Amino acid sequence: MSTVPWEPVVGLEIHVQLKTRTKMFCRCANGFGGGENTQTCPVCLGYPGALPVANRRAIEWTIKLGLALDCEIASNAVFARKNYFYPDLPKGYQISQYDLPSCTNGKILVPTPLRDHEVGIVRAHLEEDAAKTTHVGGRTGRIGGADYSLVDFNRGGTPLVEIVTGPDIHSSEEARRFLQLLRQTIVELGISDAEMEKGTLRVDANVSVRPAGSSELRTRCELKNMNSFRFVAQGIDAEVKRQIGLYEAGGQVVQETYDFDAATGDLTARRSKEEADDYRYFPEPDLVPVEPSTELIEQLRAEVPESPARRIRRIEEELDLDRAVVLVTGGLDRLWQATVAAGADRVAAANVIANRLAGVDGAAVEPAELAKLVEARDRIPRAALDEALAKVAAPGFSADPYLAQEAVSDIAELEPVVARILEANPGQVAAYKGGKEGLLGYFVGQVMKETGGKANARAVSDLVREKLQ
Amino acid sequence: MSIDTLRLTAEDALGLLERKEVSGAELHRAYLKAVAERDHELHCYLRTVEDAQGESVPIALKDVISTKGVETTAGSKILAGYVPVFDATVAARCRDVGLPVIGKTNTDEFAMGSSTENSAYGPSHNPWNPERVPGGSGGGTAAAVSGGLAPWGLGSDTGGSIKQPSALCGNVGLRPTYGTVSRYGVVAFASSLDQVGPVAKNVRDCARLYSIIAGKDAADPTTVDVPTVELPQAESLSGLRIGVPKEMNEAEGIEPGVTAAVQKAIELARELGADVAECELPRSVEYGLACYYLIAPAEASSNLARYDGVRYGLRVDADTYYEMVERTRDAGFGDEPKRRIMLGTYALSAGYYEAYYGQAQKVRTLIAREHAAAFETFDLLVSPTSPTVAFKLGEKAADPLAMYLSDLLTIPSCMAGLPGLNVPCGLSEGLPVGLQLIGPQLSENTLFRAGHALERALEFDPVPERLR
Repeated sequence: MSTVPWEPVVGLEIHVQLKTRTKMFCRCANGFGGGENTQTCPVCLGYPGALPVANRRAIEWTIKLGLALDCEIASNAVFARKNYFYPDLPKGYQISQYDLPSCTNGKILVPTPLRDHEVGIVRAHLEEDAAKTTHVGGRTGRIGGADYSLVDFNRGGTPLVEIVTGPDIHSSEEARRFLQLLRQTIVELGISDAEMEKGTLRVDANVSVRPAGSSELRTRCELKNMNSFRFVAQGIDAEVKRQIGLYEAGGQVVQETYDFDAATGDLTARRSKEEADDYRYFPEPDLVPVEPSTELIEQLRAEVPESPARRIRRIEEELDLDRAVVLVTGGLDRLWQATVAAGADRVAAANVIANRLAGVDGAAVEPAELAKLVEARDRIPRAALDEALAKVAAPGFSADPYLAQEAVSDIAELEPVVARILEANPGQVAAYKGGKEGLLGYFVGQVMKETGGKANARAVSDLVREKLQ
Repeated sequence: MSIDTLRLTAEDALGLLERKEVSGAELHRAYLKAVAERDHELHCYLRTVEDAQGESVPIALKDVISTKGVETTAGSKILAGYVPVFDATVAARCRDVGLPVIGKTNTDEFAMGSSTENSAYGPSHNPWNPERVPGGSGGGTAAAVSGGLAPWGLGSDTGGSIKQPSALCGNVGLRPTYGTVSRYGVVAFASSLDQVGPVAKNVRDCARLYSIIAGKDAADPTTVDVPTVELPQAESLSGLRIGVPKEMNEAEGIEPGVTAAVQKAIELARELGADVAECELPRSVEYGLACYYLIAPAEASSNLARYDGVRYGLRVDADTYYEMVERTRDAGFGDEPKRRIMLGTYALSAGYYEAYYGQAQKVRTLIAREHAAAFETFDLLVSPTSPTVAFKLGEKAADPLAMYLSDLLTIPSCMAGLPGLNVPCGLSEGLPVGLQLIGPQLSENTLFRAGHALERALEFDPVPERLR
């Protein structure tokens, strides 16, 4: 048995649902809400004689995304028909860009400690989404063997951008970092909510492995049905492990599409019968080519904000890479900058924002008020800080009422509590003394709990440290 | 008053309406009466519309044109019972100017054919001789106009489906420049070729109807702005340069009687002041038909994929989805659509695309260039529309290749996206012969002008002899 290390080779296909007001080729509303099959018309239901009319906004947004991904923008992009039968496809074909997509040959530079990791963007193209099918009955949840299938055409014909990367990703962690940056780029362009849980961002992974140091591309398998970045990473890890196992047992990888079940970690092969091999693409004769003017492209280029990757590198100089990544991919770096500008300490502000404000709309926070909280974070009671941070994005928020509360810093008051906690946890005390200094936070937390969050955290940790010396 | 629907032109009818000698409803009734009297013999209509609205000249619509609330089958069983919830743009434009619909006319299934014998609902018959076909696919509209069952009508033309039936029935039919008339709501056969156009008793009516339906439509991105339509008046052809493509006038299979009538019309054009000279379109004629039978079936194979039994029309139940689709399509499509779906699927398949569909598109470009080169020297080109007069029902039904040759002369200009006008130019064996006028893109006004002058000079009587 050889012991060569294996290198994973991963390329991603990402589908992004654009949040245009209307669908890709008709004027039906694009979005959630409304009962099944209410957002439909002759065009998106594929009625005889109905014709598509391309959504100008969707085309502009695709070009804008292409510019943000450093792509070449085609002066002549062509929609094609991808032909296959499925009940979610009312025309019997999907309209998609094929050999002449709008955007090609781009890249994202993912900042890493040593260098920028370049992930190539092979193409980004525009297409229409299929309708949503629900297969009822049967074991597999797929159309074969189902008792019946329900089709909701509300999603049918909504605009999708498909982004295809090169096989440039070599670990699940790299995939996760790339996806975070890509997602943030999309969100900042304002073209999609890009939420995996809602299906507005979908990721398929093409995975193969090779002996480290080799440049060959071996047979790959495609993973689908992963609805969070974490599951993408888990899926890649599981597939890499499976393929290495096959090779090391003297076997071969067979090209196959797998569904990844995050709950069990299982990879289930799709039955190949449902995979059409020949889509008989040809240029869509009902539409004219997309020929954006240089003027339009330049106008769109001017609207593209500074890239998240570049901001990470800039902020890294003032903080460190990890904090910069968290701030930028959380969409909170502008709040951090403003908070620092309002007088807060860089690192303290970064910690508070990164640790406490994840998911908060940074634009809704008044930086001056947040700066006050950051400065007072150790002085005011923990409970007051928690409450203030929970409300910091509310309209008209003022930090002043919370700043007026004083935490308990009186050693005389705190000392008996600290002594009690240490006495009750002899094991942890021994461990701390043995070098596990990370347990300091545990002791502080216990004291906080005991005092109902009113203790001054700084005073408590000083006291604990002193007692354990 | 009594209305002679055999003779009445749309222009005549507009005069009567203007002078209030007749109402729109009376006109509509007169045509329905004519249908009741004669359509059992001709079978032009798949259904009539009894309660149509509109105070202007009634119209017949080929059954590929969607009509809100009126069943639209495209001559196919697979669309039996399908009632559109929307009007095709051309139907809406006719309605907007008050043209009441007389009915939906017969067509070869999905407009695939040259005789209407491929209609799932039985063939139409030629008013000049009911044992003969009216041509196709728009035989229903052409026979209705010639037989006095409609003053005018709309057809659709992919490779000759307006021009060829007009030739065989002795009326005027225009296949407009690709992109001048909206295809929205017109059941698609081959999208890059399909074009709706008018059929009428004379060129002025044809031009008038074209002016109603033509023009950019936001619902069809392939449409363009169209020059203002001029109703032709002049009777001279002075200054007009007419080319006579050798290959299209001497092709094998053109009947001597057809050649004679067309030659006579060309002589007449010379007498009316036109500069007439021979020219060449070698590749267009040699390769046009072959390329057409790759491109049109390829697009058709995709356009007809939507008839899957899921949402409308026929459904044959089965245990699984794929089985249901197979059974529905097997039962719903006739032989000709099946033949073309198979041809087209093959032409688009991986490994064959470049050799067939891709190559045909390249040749199509050559055909367009060859025509463009001819139009540097000529304003119009002329040829017979159909190599033959109306043939007997059943004569070619068993031989698809012989049937395909009916469109030999109409196809090349269709492939190039060019407008073509059929003008009747005489009789052979007692049946009408059609003259085809082809112009460059957007040259409809020139076609109307030349067609009108020739029509006046030819003095062709569009009423079938046996009905006079």
